[in-house]
Amino acid sequence: MPKRTDIKTILIIGSGPIVIGQACEFDYSGTQALRALKSEGFRVVLINSNPATIMTDPELADATYVEPLSLEFLEKVIEREKPEAILPTLGGQTALNLAVELAEKGILKKYGVELIGAKLDSIQKAEDRKLFKETMIKAGLEVPKSGIAYNLNEAEEIAKNIGFPLIIRASFTLGGSGSSIIYSREEFIDAATRALDLSPIKEILIEESVLGWKEYELEVMRDSFDNCVIICSIENFDPMGVHTGDSITVAPAQTLTDKEYQRLRDMAFVCIRAIGVETGGSNIQFAVNPKDGRVVVIEMNPRVSRSSALASKATGFPIAKIAAKLAIGYRLDEISNDITRKTPACFEPTIDYCVVKVPRFAFEKFAGTDQTLNTQMKSVGEVMAIGRTFKEALQKAIRGLEIGRDGLGADGKAEVKEVEEVLKNKTKNSAAFKDFLESLKKKIRTPTSERIFSIKAGLQVGLTAEEVSALSSVDPWFVEQIAEILELENQLRTRKKPLSRELIKQAKQYGFSDKQIAYCTGTQELKVRDLRKKLGVLPTYKVVDTCAGEFPAVTPYFYSTYEEEDEGEVSDEKKIMILGGGPNRIGQGIEFDYCCVHAVMALSQLGYRTIMVNCNPETVSTDYDISDRLYFEPLTFEDVMNIIEKEKPWGAIVQFGGQTPLNLTLSLANAGVKVLGTTPDSIDLSEDRQRFGALLKRLKISHPPYGNARSVPQAKQVAKKIGYPLMVRPSYVLGGRGMQIVYDEGMLTDYVAQAVMASPERPILIDRFLDSAKEVDVDALSDGKDLYIGGIMEHVEHAGVHSGDSACILPPQTLSKKVIAEIVKTTRLLAQKLKIKGLLNIQYAIQGTKVFILEVNPRASRTIPFVSKASGVPLAKIAAQLMVGKLIEDLAKSYGFSLKYGETKNNNIAVKEAVLPWASFPGSDVLLTPEMRSTGEVMGIDKEFALSFYKSQAASGNKIPLSGNILFSLKDQDKAEALPMAKALNQMGFKLTATDGTSKYFCKHGLAVDKVKKIAEGRPHVVDLVGNKEVQILVNTSTPTRSSRADGYEIRRAALRHHVPIFTTLSALRALQESLSILIKGGASRLTVRSLQDFYTKN
Amino acid sequence: MQKRNAILVLESGLYAQGESFGAPVEKMGEVVFNTSLSGYQEILSDPSYKGQIILMTEPHIGNVGTNTEDMESAACHCEGLAVKEFSRRHSNWRAQQSLQDFLKARGVPAISGLDTRAFTKHIRDVGAMRGILSTTDSNLTRLKKKLSQFPKMDGLDLAKEVTCKSAYDWEVPEWRWGNGKSSVKRAARPFRVVIMDFGIKHNILRSLANRGCSVRVVPAQTTYKEILAQEPDGIMLSNGPGDPAAVTYATQTIQSLISSMEQNGKQIPIFGICLGHQLLGLALGAKTYKLKFGHRGCNHPVKDLATGKIEITVQNHGFAVDPNSLGSDLLATHINLNDNTLEGLTHKKLPVFSVQYHPESSGGPHDSSYLFDRFIDKIKKYRGKRLEQSLI
Repeated sequence: MPKRTDIKTILIIGSGPIVIGQACEFDYSGTQALRALKSEGFRVVLINSNPATIMTDPELADATYVEPLSLEFLEKVIEREKPEAILPTLGGQTALNLAVELAEKGILKKYGVELIGAKLDSIQKAEDRKLFKETMIKAGLEVPKSGIAYNLNEAEEIAKNIGFPLIIRASFTLGGSGSSIIYSREEFIDAATRALDLSPIKEILIEESVLGWKEYELEVMRDSFDNCVIICSIENFDPMGVHTGDSITVAPAQTLTDKEYQRLRDMAFVCIRAIGVETGGSNIQFAVNPKDGRVVVIEMNPRVSRSSALASKATGFPIAKIAAKLAIGYRLDEISNDITRKTPACFEPTIDYCVVKVPRFAFEKFAGTDQTLNTQMKSVGEVMAIGRTFKEALQKAIRGLEIGRDGLGADGKAEVKEVEEVLKNKTKNSAAFKDFLESLKKKIRTPTSERIFSIKAGLQVGLTAEEVSALSSVDPWFVEQIAEILELENQLRTRKKPLSRELIKQAKQYGFSDKQIAYCTGTQELKVRDLRKKLGVLPTYKVVDTCAGEFPAVTPYFYSTYEEEDEGEVSDEKKIMILGGGPNRIGQGIEFDYCCVHAVMALSQLGYRTIMVNCNPETVSTDYDISDRLYFEPLTFEDVMNIIEKEKPWGAIVQFGGQTPLNLTLSLANAGVKVLGTTPDSIDLSEDRQRFGALLKRLKISHPPYGNARSVPQAKQVAKKIGYPLMVRPSYVLGGRGMQIVYDEGMLTDYVAQAVMASPERPILIDRFLDSAKEVDVDALSDGKDLYIGGIMEHVEHAGVHSGDSACILPPQTLSKKVIAEIVKTTRLLAQKLKIKGLLNIQYAIQGTKVFILEVNPRASRTIPFVSKASGVPLAKIAAQLMVGKLIEDLAKSYGFSLKYGETKNNNIAVKEAVLPWASFPGSDVLLTPEMRSTGEVMGIDKEFALSFYKSQAASGNKIPLSGNILFSLKDQDKAEALPMAKALNQMGFKLTATDGTSKYFCKHGLAVDKVKKIAEGRPHVVDLVGNKEVQILVNTSTPTRSSRADGYEIRRAALRHHVPIFTTLSALRALQESLSILIKGGASRLTVRSLQDFYTKN
Repeated sequence: MQKRNAILVLESGLYAQGESFGAPVEKMGEVVFNTSLSGYQEILSDPSYKGQIILMTEPHIGNVGTNTEDMESAACHCEGLAVKEFSRRHSNWRAQQSLQDFLKARGVPAISGLDTRAFTKHIRDVGAMRGILSTTDSNLTRLKKKLSQFPKMDGLDLAKEVTCKSAYDWEVPEWRWGNGKSSVKRAARPFRVVIMDFGIKHNILRSLANRGCSVRVVPAQTTYKEILAQEPDGIMLSNGPGDPAAVTYATQTIQSLISSMEQNGKQIPIFGICLGHQLLGLALGAKTYKLKFGHRGCNHPVKDLATGKIEITVQNHGFAVDPNSLGSDLLATHINLNDNTLEGLTHKKLPVFSVQYHPESSGGPHDSSYLFDRFIDKIKKYRGKRLEQSLI
């Protein structure tokens, strides 16, 4: 069937802000879909609240709405754009849920819009647990046995049918509380009683335990003619019980016979047909009992998913693009395979390498949360690596993670040293050894992000592969692969002769990094590198081609391995290498991928050949048709240098990918690589505290007083000189890791004692903390001579909240002309002195009228996409051109901006709001601190601040009610300032409630509020009030000292649990109050939607 | 460290040393690559690989060991196996023997540690060629000399080497996934099918047994009279190795079967698979030719020209029927979407049809098993017709 002609306009729903479980893979899929649909001649409309995406670039769609992803705004877009169809399968769970709401609320019918890709009943069948189960059973597939009970008798009846072990889950509890694995009837009665009690609706789910079973995923595609193909099979290294997003996964499946694999394939087709996904991709998860091969279906996603992004990168088959084409009527055999160009997309990719994905976690940022992995996803990013074998891919993936590991052990880190000590000192019969072994066994048994290292340590101290497999339920085949890695490591460690060519080559084939080889042989990385090159052990680059070499590939998508033949012929055109950002983590995410992609686009337009290096499968940058060449490789010195030595690019760009490539600057420069843009020396100058401090002094630029300390006494001395409060942090950090505000000597002592323990070689940095200062971010461009200020952003939260977690407003709303003038002047001065060529980000603090400089970053900042989207000036694209020698003056003309601040015409006000992953980390406090913890961001854009702010809140999931009860619980110093705002809110019709101190203060000053008890004062107390849905907005400010914490913490967690919007700073309260006053006065009709294209052209 | 006690040399001169993990012998054959990710045991025990050294493009081979259920014939007829990496340890709940022991017990040499992708691309570009896999000799000149004396695949009748020595009956249906264990369920067998064995895969037999066929397997040289004497309801032409043009006796038998049908009007459905398809084509006047490097894998898209549906098929063939040589009696029914080669044909008047690929799968996808149902439907229909005829 050819393309549908009855559709002209298609609306695509994006996935919104990056959150855990829904990351930039949906930018990748959305971008592919937009391009595919546009190239087919459709008018494409997009709604997505996340400005840090390529998909929201105005060139990609005909109308781009950066508006909140809620029914209200979606309907406005539909009303305005009148699409005939909505494609909801490319925006993750968010888009799918919205599609269901649109259908159920009758909005689709009202406007005559059709869902393409997946119909309502298919989505419901896949998403509703009960319907899914029924559908599967009807189709003849097994699901884990389960039942729902409302009392103990029912529970016992169900348990009898299922048998032990089984799992009890209490319904509607956050973070899986009330869940447990039950092995016996005695335990069962106890646990079921407790779970029934915990569930707010007294409902428990009793389910057959498939813990420890093998987990597989199949990526299926189906077209309107019922042709079905499997794109990729994925096997989880971690057994059932760990969320697949948190598991190490491997493609293709490694431990299935063909009979078992074909059985899964047949079941996958039965499943997709039974659910009724007519066109597109679906992901189906299975659990397989390793003892007898019994298969149960776990779940299916009737849409493009994280796994399908991985499958696309793993095979070279662009699932999202094909899914979009299928949705508009094409059949699989009518679409060609981009990689071979000669064969059709209707086939099943086959691969001749092994792909390993390893998740990246951020537990260090969420104190108090349990790090055991379970069925709730906790990872914030992932790395994919390609090798010819599992061993090679696994080690490449681990070193690509940037968690300080050079591969699977053999790097002198953490457990490696420990095992070496144990093996050296303790005999196997000693009590100490037995203790060590017991604790190690526990680590092998418990799924955590570190388990893979423990598995290797276990083998190293003498556990057999069988024992390790029995403890961990990891398949013996995988354990054996790790044992083989260990065996080679031992050969390296114990070799008698100098390293031979054969041994080095085999080590490289087993994925060992030069650093690991150096560690095992007691030498340095660069020496190993030299020796390796001298012996002719060089990487070979192979092509990812979907067909295992059966047909010639035209796509330059490479991975390295150590084989005989290299397939990457090198051209001698002028090439520029762009280094990507590696795995997503808190503080370094999609914003940097956005910048990298823009750099590639701009340079390619100037006629350069672009080479992209990255290892994050979720990204647009690792799509094989973005750059001229894609190297899917870890971003380490070794791996990057290997590519540079092969390709010999004219220059390399390190400033767009965040801290990852920036950290390579010096070593690359030392190796003779031409680093484009701002020089490595300038980068060092801005990052080195001593050098930078001296520069500021010379330029007479104010900054908070600071000092360094390596010990507690030293810290106390520095503190005395500077004065409290202080901002303290370890040196060289990303995303405010370990940053804290300390108010007294006690806090300081604790902090330094802990921090110094953590990194003995590195000092603690101590700054005077500027209390109640406004924070300002500036993104600017410079060619060394002229400056363009892309945007000055005023933070909503005061200095002290990490800039990544703070909301910010562009342009600033409360800064005086004088302050702005000084910011502009200082920025220009620093750009000149640092000889910036490209991007520059400066953070300022404004205390009263005084401007302090906090930080200078001569690189792409997290706010580049936000500023670019808000202003319509693509900063990253322009910066890339400056880096190759273009002048701002010339570019200003072609991009239509003025070099004088404030003269570029733009009447829009944009508010960026951060999105935080509190729900994924039960136990952690929701207060904003200097440590960044947000995973993503949204943008609200409009003509008035109040409207932009409201949109930003709505988009970040804080649905602000226009009436109801506001609960205040304030720290003492905030009470006076909050009073007039509370009064105003009261006048708008809000009911006010407050905790003891706050209510007394308000009453005393003539504002009548209800008083609510603190927890210690008896029930019903403040948490009960929140629980009973009697609070619609929570305003809670508190100092994060340990004593004052408990109550506030409980209130905030309760509000989070019940989805009550929380405001933890007065500045946010002020914004809220302004916003509400406008909306209440003007009514909700004031909220309108506009496309970016409209915002840009109708200023 | 990896041993270097085996060598693979191609007639083009490309060679590589690696580690031996099979029988300590030396074998020659046509080197062909297979792109399947799973099913190495089925591939190794498929008689169609007689005369060939199999190079797997999937790097990890041996992961799941071997078992008695997944055999496609009683022996391994292939000449050797070449892989990137063999698994020292296997892991699967059905495994009974490691791949290494399996190969050693069956006298198949195997080499590991090759840049199999480089070999694959070489074969793709140059074409399938002869090779020698040795664990006993590492002298290149000697090996090349031996190789030059080895016959090429063209013109070789290998079916006669792998066909059964004498006729036998087959009763075992496909095994089923049961509660934990695989099991076979025997059903009534109302249909009589005679199979000409050119190197048959057991799953063809199982697929027929599953569908109520009582199966008689006869040697390739069986005459048409002997076949008709069995009073078959259907005749199956099996898969097998070698050059179809060299199996002239079988072509004649098929011709005789068809002309007897044309003469006496008693139509018996004939279904050919792979070599059986090529022989049927030759018997009906078409021509066969050798493909550059053949099709071996389980991801080949085939389009059913009648319905437009695509099936993902299992393939293993080096020769093909030339679609331009089909006479007026024949109709192309299926084509390969990768290279538009002919994948299926049917006789316009008689219940005679065939496919180039493997509807019995094993290993590989089950998309094409409908062809067996189609065969059974024809058997039912024409049995009824013959019954009517005999009553008249």
